[in-house]
Amino acid sequence: MFDRFQNSRNALGLIFMLPAALLLLLFLTYPLGLGVWLGFTDAKVGRPGEWIGFENYVFIATDSVTQLALFNTLFYTTIASVLKFFLGLWLALLLNRNLRFKSFFRAVILLPYIVPTALSAIAFWWLFDAQFSIISWVLVKLGIIDTYIDFLGSPWNARFSVIAANVWRGVPFVAITLLAGLQTISPSYYEASAIDGATPWQQFRYVTLPLLTPIIAVVMTFSVLFTFTDFQLIYVITRGGPLNATHLMATLSFQRAISGGALGEGAAISIAMVPFLLAAIMFSYFGLQRRVWQQGGGDK
Amino acid sequence: MASVTIQGVKKKFGATDILHGVDIDIADGTFTVLVGPSGCGKSTLLRMIAGLEEITGGEIRIGDKRVNDLPPKERDIAMVFQNYALYPHMTVRDNMAFALMLAKQDKATIDAKVARAAEILALGALLDRYPRQLSGGQRQRVAMGRAIVRDPQVFLFDEPLSNLDAKLRVAMRSEIKELHQRLKTTSIYVTHDQIEAMTMGDKIVVMRDGRIEQTGSPLELYDHPANQFVAGFIGSPSMNFLPGILRRSADGLRVELADGTQLDAPPQSSGVDGQPVIFGTRPEHLTLVPEGAAHGGIPSRVVVMEPSGMDTFVACRHEGVELSAVFRERHDFAPGSTIHLQPDMKTAHLFSVDTGQRLAA
Repeated sequence: MFDRFQNSRNALGLIFMLPAALLLLLFLTYPLGLGVWLGFTDAKVGRPGEWIGFENYVFIATDSVTQLALFNTLFYTTIASVLKFFLGLWLALLLNRNLRFKSFFRAVILLPYIVPTALSAIAFWWLFDAQFSIISWVLVKLGIIDTYIDFLGSPWNARFSVIAANVWRGVPFVAITLLAGLQTISPSYYEASAIDGATPWQQFRYVTLPLLTPIIAVVMTFSVLFTFTDFQLIYVITRGGPLNATHLMATLSFQRAISGGALGEGAAISIAMVPFLLAAIMFSYFGLQRRVWQQGGGDK
Repeated sequence: MASVTIQGVKKKFGATDILHGVDIDIADGTFTVLVGPSGCGKSTLLRMIAGLEEITGGEIRIGDKRVNDLPPKERDIAMVFQNYALYPHMTVRDNMAFALMLAKQDKATIDAKVARAAEILALGALLDRYPRQLSGGQRQRVAMGRAIVRDPQVFLFDEPLSNLDAKLRVAMRSEIKELHQRLKTTSIYVTHDQIEAMTMGDKIVVMRDGRIEQTGSPLELYDHPANQFVAGFIGSPSMNFLPGILRRSADGLRVELADGTQLDAPPQSSGVDGQPVIFGTRPEHLTLVPEGAAHGGIPSRVVVMEPSGMDTFVACRHEGVELSAVFRERHDFAPGSTIHLQPDMKTAHLFSVDTGQRLAA
């Protein structure tokens, strides 16, 4: 019996898989399931909730603050992702050249990514401070503006300020990943296209970009997911203010559930993010999935 | 079509000299092969002709145009790369049409040119496939198709067959040669394989360490190598080299090997009496001295027999020097037995021990 068990590949496979499956169940499935459950209850901190069906969802659908948070999140994600993509691609192309001190620059570029988010958020908080902002100080000294900019005091200023912080923090990830992608492109394609008569722009358009597309798809999917679910930067810099202008779904969910104690409502806001995230994944999966030319052998 | 003139061309990478002043004249419509061991600078030279490497010194002309400072696209050349460099995200058709599209030719012209190249190379059925879906030989043909559609002044080939298996290599070799006979476009072909060089080239340029060792037609190089390096590099199995002393006397020239064996030397050889020389003879120019014959030849101990059916290859050893012989007849010598090999004096060569140059009057 034991012998047979030892020789069974399936049984062994199951045993080897078990620890990982347990970890996933404990730390991924359980919290997610709990969140989904809480979203359907009126649970408050210190009080187990009762099933109330879709009441939370009906409420947040009509709640103007949640609507604003959704708008903020979409705006934040779209602008930040587009900026991160172009800046990251530009940096990657620069770093892919034969620069002096290439490895030094590559290391420096990663710094924003290494610094703990909370720490860099505090630095941005200072940069954007109404009284002590070095940005305002420099602009005033240069004579470009007369009064200090109120970065975090007015809704649109605050939105763009946190987007700037998010972009600063997210660009290294995009740049380094795209750089890795660029380095997998054989130099002989550039030589062949140079002989074929391509200008540098045409080389980028017809060689670099198509060959980089699969990496772009992956890195931008991750970038969009991270940006959409961002919490730390906002929580440290603005806490969602002013007038909820920078509240994202994640920060609003936390505020309602933990600070406000309405666990059920907060959970519902969190769960409401899932369809958007799924849509982003589906988009990259179907829109940018592996093309025929990447698949080996066989006919189309 | 155009001639290519290479005059005193030098190349340095940092402080390292790759090419030390190379001169080659390539006539219009010929097929020239640059051959040499790896690191001899042949690929670098080809890339300099293509415009992919800068020229440190000297001059390259295509036709009557000096191209030193022209970018690749203005040199009117096409290149076939070792790894083919087919754009993986484009179909065969698009790969071939790419250069024409960049040149803003109209669609009908592009289609006609691609169709013609596809017909020449029998690629018609593959036009809508991606490079990934092709075999090595097919990719090789697409790479050539990409060169043909441009109808350039010069074709450049950078070891195009080295990624193919032995059988396909032989087939593609004659395909490229046939193509050249048909198109008559000036071609420069880089390879490290001397058989490719011998079978394909109108003219062969043998290079070593950034210098040209000899330039000539395949059989010129085979029959009259300028030095020991060319003699050893061209021909397979390669030429046998035996060290000896030149003896000049009234009854002619002789070479005395280390063990005292006396060999007739090629009568037209130069060199002084007592000069140390290398005696060179090709494996197929050795004949077997019949058992019990008076005159000895080179006594050699049989190491390995390799009968291939068509001929018999015998690896032997004389005084520690490897010798190989090829016989058209079939033999069956026992390993370890001694045979006597007589070199053909008319085709043998003497080389100077000091300079490696052939000693010819």
